[in-house]
Amino acid sequence: MSSLMTRVSVPRGGLSFSWLVRRLLLGVFVLLLVSVLLFLVTQALPGDVARIILGKDATAEQVADLRQQLGLDRSLVVQYWHWLTGVLTGEMGSSLQNGEPVVDIIGPRMLDSFALGLISLVLILPIAVVVGVFSAHQRDSAWDKAFVAVSSLFTALPAFVVGMLLIALFATSVLGVLPGVSNIPPGDMPWWHPAELVLPVTTLTLMGVMYLGRLVRASFIDAMNSEYVQMATLKGLSGRRILFRHALPNAVAASLPAASLVAAVTITGVVVVEYVYSYPGLGTAVVSAVNSHDLPVLQACILVLATAYYVFNLLADILSAMGRSR
Amino acid sequence: MIEEVTQEVQVSGVTVTIDGTGHDIVQDIGFALGRGEVMGVVGESGSGKSTLALALLGFARPGATITGGRVVVDGVDLLALPEGRLRRARGRKVAYVPQDPATALNPSLSLATQLTEGLGVPRREALPRVKQLLVDVGLPGDDAFLKRRPRQLSGGQQQRVAIAMAIAAGPRLIVLDEPTTGLDVSTQARVLEMVRSLCRSRDMAAIYVSHDLAVVADVADYVTVMYGGEVVESGSDRDVLVRSGHPYTRALLAAVPSATHRHQLVPIRGRAPGADEARQGCVFAPRCDHAVDACSVTRPLLTPGPSGTSVRCLRMDEVARTSRAVSRAPSARVVGGGEEVFSVAGLNAGYGGRQVLFDVSFSLPRGECLALVGESGSGKTTLSRCLVGLHEEQEGVLTFSGAAIGRTRGKEVQRQVQYIFQNPYGSLNPRRTVGRSLAVPLQHYFGLTARQAESRVHEALERVEIPARLASRHPADLSGGQRQRVAIARALVCDPAVLVCDEVTSALDVSVQASVVELLRSLLSDGLSMVFVTHNLAVVRSIADTTVVLNQGRVVESGVTDSVLGNPTHPYTQSLMAATLEVPEATGR
Repeated sequence: MSSLMTRVSVPRGGLSFSWLVRRLLLGVFVLLLVSVLLFLVTQALPGDVARIILGKDATAEQVADLRQQLGLDRSLVVQYWHWLTGVLTGEMGSSLQNGEPVVDIIGPRMLDSFALGLISLVLILPIAVVVGVFSAHQRDSAWDKAFVAVSSLFTALPAFVVGMLLIALFATSVLGVLPGVSNIPPGDMPWWHPAELVLPVTTLTLMGVMYLGRLVRASFIDAMNSEYVQMATLKGLSGRRILFRHALPNAVAASLPAASLVAAVTITGVVVVEYVYSYPGLGTAVVSAVNSHDLPVLQACILVLATAYYVFNLLADILSAMGRSR
Repeated sequence: MIEEVTQEVQVSGVTVTIDGTGHDIVQDIGFALGRGEVMGVVGESGSGKSTLALALLGFARPGATITGGRVVVDGVDLLALPEGRLRRARGRKVAYVPQDPATALNPSLSLATQLTEGLGVPRREALPRVKQLLVDVGLPGDDAFLKRRPRQLSGGQQQRVAIAMAIAAGPRLIVLDEPTTGLDVSTQARVLEMVRSLCRSRDMAAIYVSHDLAVVADVADYVTVMYGGEVVESGSDRDVLVRSGHPYTRALLAAVPSATHRHQLVPIRGRAPGADEARQGCVFAPRCDHAVDACSVTRPLLTPGPSGTSVRCLRMDEVARTSRAVSRAPSARVVGGGEEVFSVAGLNAGYGGRQVLFDVSFSLPRGECLALVGESGSGKTTLSRCLVGLHEEQEGVLTFSGAAIGRTRGKEVQRQVQYIFQNPYGSLNPRRTVGRSLAVPLQHYFGLTARQAESRVHEALERVEIPARLASRHPADLSGGQRQRVAIARALVCDPAVLVCDEVTSALDVSVQASVVELLRSLLSDGLSMVFVTHNLAVVRSIADTTVVLNQGRVVESGVTDSVLGNPTHPYTQSLMAATLEVPEATGR
């Protein structure tokens, strides 16, 4: 989760309209750069696309025909322009693998992926706050020390290791209570298969809670050590009021920007987790598109993920800017 | 204090101990106070005055415990109450006003919430009362104001809200911990007036904790002087400040500058004891001019002294016989007539597009000290940043040694105009030794090697009276006063012509301030020129030859210090002088 260390840049004076506009324009620029990079990288993948599609037995003439048909014989700039205008107008071409329109392929997969990410997020935020506050409240107790140790461990572990461990524990002979493969049939909504969702959601939630919970813990300890909490004590307020009215809102506000960064990471963490559980989302689509050299699908998937990541990053910036101007 | 039985507030034997080591932060503190009376508690940093203030509410910071004593308010001993009843007594019997309301008010709660909570009545009933309170402390008592958050108020308004919050539940005793330290003199004067009238109208006792003797002289009926966690002298306002019987009180008074006349400031040698040191005998003995052998062995008791105060000193009779006459400074320095070394003409400067300086002009003759005086927001910090070329949005003519200089300067000009920052805790690199910090400018400006620089580093440290052996220490090992001396030494190694000092004494205790002011004065005698930026008129009087008064970015008055402060013509300068408080003059007894 090293990407969480991304520095949040906020204006000194707080949130302003012109700042927001600048941020949005910058975001569009960044996404454009991503698209160029993405296009170049996919072009650099080894192997001729037409050859791969037609197979080894095709004649040179057939390959040349297909290259022309796909526009592969034109210059890179023209190809990029053609692709970009297509993406912007929703015409993302069709899969090289089976000829289906890309939109039809990634549409349902986007739904699956975002369902997975969203369910995890809905769980991460409240659990992280409760765990973090509880841990801070019981500071230096056995529970607190255990939480800090375990959370450091989880932050250091890659998502797929956590996924594997969960599979080993719950889906094999050890307990064997949950399906280890979450292969949701095409056309079904993911929430029709709750048992299949449990392990992928748990993996993402664990990763998020362990990171965010520790941040909430730290900011809650800060809040409890603050002068305004000391002042509240000297005013003779009850312990409960000091905790919930004076310390908690400030502690949560301080962790909000981090929370939306966690959201960004969760959306992209989906890629790895899906692959571990064979969950039919954008992540598995990316992996199979790379394997089969299916460029249109690959490009579309990655662009969607990059956009999602950017949006949550922007949200983080806006939240911390609001925090400053508050 | 004969009618001690009927006193509203009785404090005795209060002791607060550090948990780990068992050393006392404050030891055996006692006093009594009647209704409507104000007790000033005076002490420098580390004297334990804030710890005492919190202990009066039955509170000790984490890591310390109240280990003994009684705090009886309105017939109830707070320290003997169980947790739940102590909580209910806070606010109702005894209330607290913090030093820095900017951090002590909750940033995310509205004023209405913070003022009404803990009153024990529904918010709807409490609101009219709170509105009246706000009016009483001189704030608008309307709904729009109550909806605000603390950050939307000025420092003075925040402090008024904090005071309104403290008196909301009608306490019998209010403890104010340095409530005006961060405020401008005119705001401070209004807050002090308000505290006095509130105590009188509500018949409420007050403990006013401060390091500022002049403020205490103004507000208090009784004064308690603390040193090293003990009360060293206690008595009525005038008795303590005019006829002081303890050597520490006298030394403190000799270190306080005055805005009405220039006198030599006498620093206290040595440094204040830390709470973690084991001690024996009189706590002030190591720094005391009157100390004899017995003082380092026998701990004196607080007993009535010859001058009408209670004094903790073995030699109080001898001390009382020596006079406390103020020594006038032999300020026979010739002022004026020197050639001009630095001047500013028609300087305009802005910050983020907003103009903060308007057509500022002045000139500094060689070997003199020019004070830039103004309250917060007057633009004095922006101006001093312009002088050293740190500020970007500026236009105007700056002249140094007869040549115009711009914002970007040559190395030679940079070397000759040196800047000393307000806060010595932030201006020295914490990871560098003192010696390294001083060697860096030598390498930069003179191309010296570390070895060549060493002797000049030691010379500079000697000049600021820092032992050369401290060159290998890090800033964290030094006291605040020592750090500021090191910061001055770092400017001196550059062999400058002009020093720009930005509030260099405002973070220091008075006794330390005295030594820094005396040091700067001796540098002036060496021929250095100085721009001294400050809000403190008393310091101005003790060091500056000429004074420039800034108000809202404009120069409103300037001239020779004695005439600007002694006979101010502009209403703003007059109001500043009127608001500046003085310690009552010793009558020479």
